[in-house]
Amino acid sequence: MISFSIHKTLQTSIGKMPLDISCEIPKGQLAAVYGASGAGKTTMLRILAGLLAPETGKINIGSEVWLDTARKINLPTQKRNIGIVFQDYALFPNMAVRRNLEYALENGHDNKVVDELLEIMELGQLSSRYPDTLSGGQKQRVALARALVRKPTLLLLDEPLSALDNDMRAKLQDHILQVHRHYELTTILVSHDISEVFKMCDKIFVLENGLITKEGTPTEIFANQQVSGKFQFTGEVLSIEKEDIVYVVSVLINNSIVKVVAVEDDIVNLKQGDRVLVFTKAFNPIIRKIEY
Amino acid sequence: MIDLEPLWITCKLALVTTAILLVISIPIANWLANSKNRLKLIVEALVSMPLVLPPSVLGFYFLMAFGPAHGFGHFLEHYFNARLVFSFSGLVVASVIYSLPFMVHPIQSGLSGLSPHLMEASFSLGKSRIETLFKVLLPNIKPSLLTGIVLAFAHTIGEFGVVLMIGGNIPGQTRVASIAIYDEVEAMNYHNANIYAFILFATTFVILLTVYFVNHRYAITKQL
Repeated sequence: MISFSIHKTLQTSIGKMPLDISCEIPKGQLAAVYGASGAGKTTMLRILAGLLAPETGKINIGSEVWLDTARKINLPTQKRNIGIVFQDYALFPNMAVRRNLEYALENGHDNKVVDELLEIMELGQLSSRYPDTLSGGQKQRVALARALVRKPTLLLLDEPLSALDNDMRAKLQDHILQVHRHYELTTILVSHDISEVFKMCDKIFVLENGLITKEGTPTEIFANQQVSGKFQFTGEVLSIEKEDIVYVVSVLINNSIVKVVAVEDDIVNLKQGDRVLVFTKAFNPIIRKIEY
Repeated sequence: MIDLEPLWITCKLALVTTAILLVISIPIANWLANSKNRLKLIVEALVSMPLVLPPSVLGFYFLMAFGPAHGFGHFLEHYFNARLVFSFSGLVVASVIYSLPFMVHPIQSGLSGLSPHLMEASFSLGKSRIETLFKVLLPNIKPSLLTGIVLAFAHTIGEFGVVLMIGGNIPGQTRVASIAIYDEVEAMNYHNANIYAFILFATTFVILLTVYFVNHRYAITKQL
């Protein structure tokens, strides 16, 4: 179990904003912190990583204490067994892919884990390439592999996929899920992308203006709870076209476009780019804007 | 024929100064690039002072400080039997301070230009500040290190005022090439002055050209 409560006053463009967060995340879960930019997500992650000190707070990882301001304990980043994946990858440009991973090894450790990670992340053929010659998706896989070399107790992902295109994103989401399960990690993903959070996470914390306003499973958070569909997907509205007396709404779900028939009442609130939930009730798919 | 000794002394002074500067500038630049301490501004201003101060001002204060009649100079002479004024070691100390910004600034801007995530990623992999500095940060600012080394070297070659004030003009000890030129002109030996001047001119040109060439090449290979 990972539990933390932290308090820090943030300086933002609109003045001071208190960041007040308490969370409990069971071991082995993939939790998301979801919120708009400026809500304090990255600050929270940096405090967990020990890169930033809160004014007051506690971080307990199982029986280990990483931070306890009351007892003046604040372990430096080096002493916290974490893996971080940054948005800009932060690969070391002077080292080839394999060296980037080996750098994370502790002295004298054998590099079997490096070989294993290169294989899982499908990086074998790239192992002697330098970061500057890799694509965004390849760099992200290297960054993820490097963060796992030390078998971290806590894996922190800071908007790891926001710079990638849709195909690459879906593939990397699978990679993240795969290693999360394979290494039995406890992972915190920071993201402002609903579909990503929805697809990947066991639990979601919604962060707004420095405070956690909601927490729960993806469906509890993003879908109206009274819906009891046989199946449901989230997607993005691509277009709304009128055909005779009904409307045809094209929705992008993962990488496929689904056409859903809707009546005028259904589309009153809808516009292109909206995130929607597509589900069946009885046999008719019904479409409804996601409120959160 | 001209006396080659001043050229040798110039070269030796520039080499020793550059080596010392490289060692002391890396921690200073690293601190300046990362610190949020308020003292940082004061240190930054002090490091940059030699850029704008007339060399004679620096030379004068060195003379005062290192002279055996005053505090620090007296201390050195009394306890270590060392005298920094009018000696080669004095020249080295003065040159190090005089050329400090030329080494610190490029390294500092190189380090500031790196993504802070590089350092943080290294910390998260359990590596200390020192290991991060030498294995991750410095290897990624090679052009800045080269620029610092060459500028400090070339600037020391070009020193005149400070050297004249603190070194005097002792043949074989403190008479560097720039002083030798001044001497020859004073003695109306324009031919000899011209030879010294041309050698310094050509050397500094070649050195600077090399840096720009290497850094240009580096920028191109990085783009590919």
